[in-house]
Amino acid sequence: MNQVLLDAQSVLRNRLFGKETKCRQDIEKFQQDLKDLITRSVEYGESNSLLVIGSKGSGKTTLLKTTVDLLQKKLSKTLIIVRLNGYMQTDDRIALAEITRQLHLENTLGDKVFGSFSETLQFLLEALRGGSSHSSQPILFILEEFDLFTQHKNQTLLYNLFDLAMAGLTPLVVVGLTCRLDVIELMEKRVKSRFSHRQLYICNQWTAENYLQAFSNMLLLDAGFCKTAKHKSFLERWNANVVELSNNASVQDILKRQFSISKEMPSLQCLLVQPICKLNVNHQFITAADIADSARNVFSDPKANILHGVSVLELCLIIAMNHLTNIYAGESFNFHMVYNEFLKFTQKKLHILQKHNKPVVLKAFEHLMELELIKPKESTLSLASKLLKEYQPTILLLEEQQLKEAVYRYPGCPTELQQWLESSTV
Amino acid sequence: ENMAKNSLPARNRQIEQLTNLFGEKHHHTVESLYIYGHTGSGKSCVLNHVLVGNDLFHVVVNCIECYTTNLLFSTILEALSFEEGRIRCDNMNDFVRCLRKIVEEREVEETLYIVFENCERLRDKDPILLPALLNLKELTGLNLCAIFVSELPWEKFYNGTAIRDPYVMFFPDYSKDELVEVLCHLRPQETDLEFYKQYVGLVLSMFFFAFRDLRELRHLVEINFSFYEQPIVDGKLTKDDKHKLWKNIEPHLTSSLQKLLMREACNGRQSNEPELTESIKAYDLSKGNTVKSQNLVELPFYSKFLLISSYIASYNPSSTDRRFFLKHAGRMRKTARSMKKDDHKNCHLRGPHSFPLDRMMAIFYSIVDEVVPPSAGLFSQISSLVSLHLLAQLGQDQLDMPKYKCTVSLDFITAISKTVNFDVIRYLYDFV
Repeated sequence: MNQVLLDAQSVLRNRLFGKETKCRQDIEKFQQDLKDLITRSVEYGESNSLLVIGSKGSGKTTLLKTTVDLLQKKLSKTLIIVRLNGYMQTDDRIALAEITRQLHLENTLGDKVFGSFSETLQFLLEALRGGSSHSSQPILFILEEFDLFTQHKNQTLLYNLFDLAMAGLTPLVVVGLTCRLDVIELMEKRVKSRFSHRQLYICNQWTAENYLQAFSNMLLLDAGFCKTAKHKSFLERWNANVVELSNNASVQDILKRQFSISKEMPSLQCLLVQPICKLNVNHQFITAADIADSARNVFSDPKANILHGVSVLELCLIIAMNHLTNIYAGESFNFHMVYNEFLKFTQKKLHILQKHNKPVVLKAFEHLMELELIKPKESTLSLASKLLKEYQPTILLLEEQQLKEAVYRYPGCPTELQQWLESSTV
Repeated sequence: ENMAKNSLPARNRQIEQLTNLFGEKHHHTVESLYIYGHTGSGKSCVLNHVLVGNDLFHVVVNCIECYTTNLLFSTILEALSFEEGRIRCDNMNDFVRCLRKIVEEREVEETLYIVFENCERLRDKDPILLPALLNLKELTGLNLCAIFVSELPWEKFYNGTAIRDPYVMFFPDYSKDELVEVLCHLRPQETDLEFYKQYVGLVLSMFFFAFRDLRELRHLVEINFSFYEQPIVDGKLTKDDKHKLWKNIEPHLTSSLQKLLMREACNGRQSNEPELTESIKAYDLSKGNTVKSQNLVELPFYSKFLLISSYIASYNPSSTDRRFFLKHAGRMRKTARSMKKDDHKNCHLRGPHSFPLDRMMAIFYSIVDEVVPPSAGLFSQISSLVSLHLLAQLGQDQLDMPKYKCTVSLDFITAISKTVNFDVIRYLYDFV
């Protein structure tokens, strides 16, 4: 039994953590364009360029990966693939070196390995220009985080790549992936004019029902899992449980709530991480309670979590700041004003805090600054205000509603504090 | 795993969550994990226990230590590499290549965990460093998991570009009971648990309102325990004399409370120096805030007066100078306007104003009893006050009409003025 469960967990973990990418059937319809483009370049030696645009987590990389994998098997000639990523190749010099490396040209360069920028560029251009549209092997350039390449100096790399694609020599397909919709505007005019202006927008048109369906798809085990009789019986029980789970009203509520925040795959995966990792011999099936527990983690307000852990003294200061922000209509405050309010309050209401002297309160104030619940107003970061940190204009980064909830949730919060928050005066 | 549970009280749930999340050694896990919670809530401790306890392939780097990107990269690579010696790595591209090479050389199938402690510092570096590290699994194509540890909520890391969200995990703060449990767990070995528990309860009852940082509490509990134990060691009291024990420890705790978080209490020295600032006790803003003589800078006689006059100039509206410093100012007529103005006596709340040099010198001449001729020596004292950071000079204009601000506190200035027998409070508009 144990082994079966482990197998099931492995399958699910692989789905969740990205080894398999079978869970997005709906992006297949975008594949056709991409397939045509690459096939034409391989079969007829056409060059082209394309931008794939879609929000993060919408499956751009997955789409490209599946398409390329599919085509590699079918095509007559092998496709040379050069993968670049804006995060890694942070400038054109590094990018050129990486292209040389991926084309296995570094030996041909001989002694000049990665010499000056212009040498490398010239060498590469000659190498790429040398071919003809029919005899040469086609090259596919994949540029992930395309928008970052537009920040390189003079956009030299982009200019040359697009220029080569226009020249109709070595067949060249340039595919850029980005999540920025304004990416066309980021290109310089001379670069823009060489780009083919093909764009593929990947947008997720899921409805709530699709999202629920994706949830089941993510969890359902398929026939490939049935290696032994034990596996089979487990699969039946597991799948029955998943169906039951997806019909559960509270699970559906949670999924709908998550859907209305983000309808991309990662949001769903995030919700499922905890329940799937939690499976063990004593807990073989995912229950609605697991999902609810995980949802509580995912939906929890991080600021409320942090506020739960501050001391009463710090909470008291935050309330004072909230009052000051209200009184001065959003103007900044400084430590002395907060301390003054704090003193007024502790003298009248909460004597227990009275014994804390000013340096201690200042420390508490600085701790709040460290937690970034308050921050100094940016316009005033001059020398003089740095010297006078007690008078540094500061603003509160909390909503009153957040504060109220935090105070109610705070364990053992003195009633005086609650009353003080409610009333505007001490 | 059991070992970890025993040595880390009140963190079972987190240990379990992490162990589940990591799974078997070769299991793929989340691409990036973000752990946040207050200081001293056991984030690093639990993480280390799980990583070391389950013998996982990991490397921990502290982003404060590795203050440049290059240092960060080479620290990780050096920790993973078999070869000795420094590895230079200038950019993300080389880092990814080296990482791939090293992992391939080691021929491990296991998941690699890279832990970035204090990862809020990553925000100060290259803006694409953090998104790249979040994507490290995809970039390298290796089976790895980047773990980020910080005090701040994840939303503080958003900076506009589409950044991939990590899987977020929160470490809740310890409740009061849990704190007692943890502190008792850390007690000196030979002490009696019940006795220590009672002592920790006493300490917490005094400090819990002010702060809940485990590290500070632990420090306080440790330094004060010898005082608590002393009467019993001497044989004066037994462990059951709870009330007397409390009476005995209370002054020590109160003094620690005054110096809370200042780490002054660490040598247990009680200062018996005479308070310099008795006259200002009536003044509520500075209540309990005393300036010890050790903090006072010894200044020349005129410098003291210069500083006092700069303080007055900073905290008084210039319209009131007439009233304080003109010999025959006459009776101030109380008009409705001036009454209304009294409401604005809040210079000590708003902070010091800047003032021109002339105004300060005018005040200086009128508060010094003797006749002081203006000399280069006098003016050079002003610049030494600026270099001591007691005065701040504003703007670039040093020749024509320099402007200054006084940066010292009220306590400091009252202490100074006492040494020259000058009652500064009488000259401050906020206090008349």
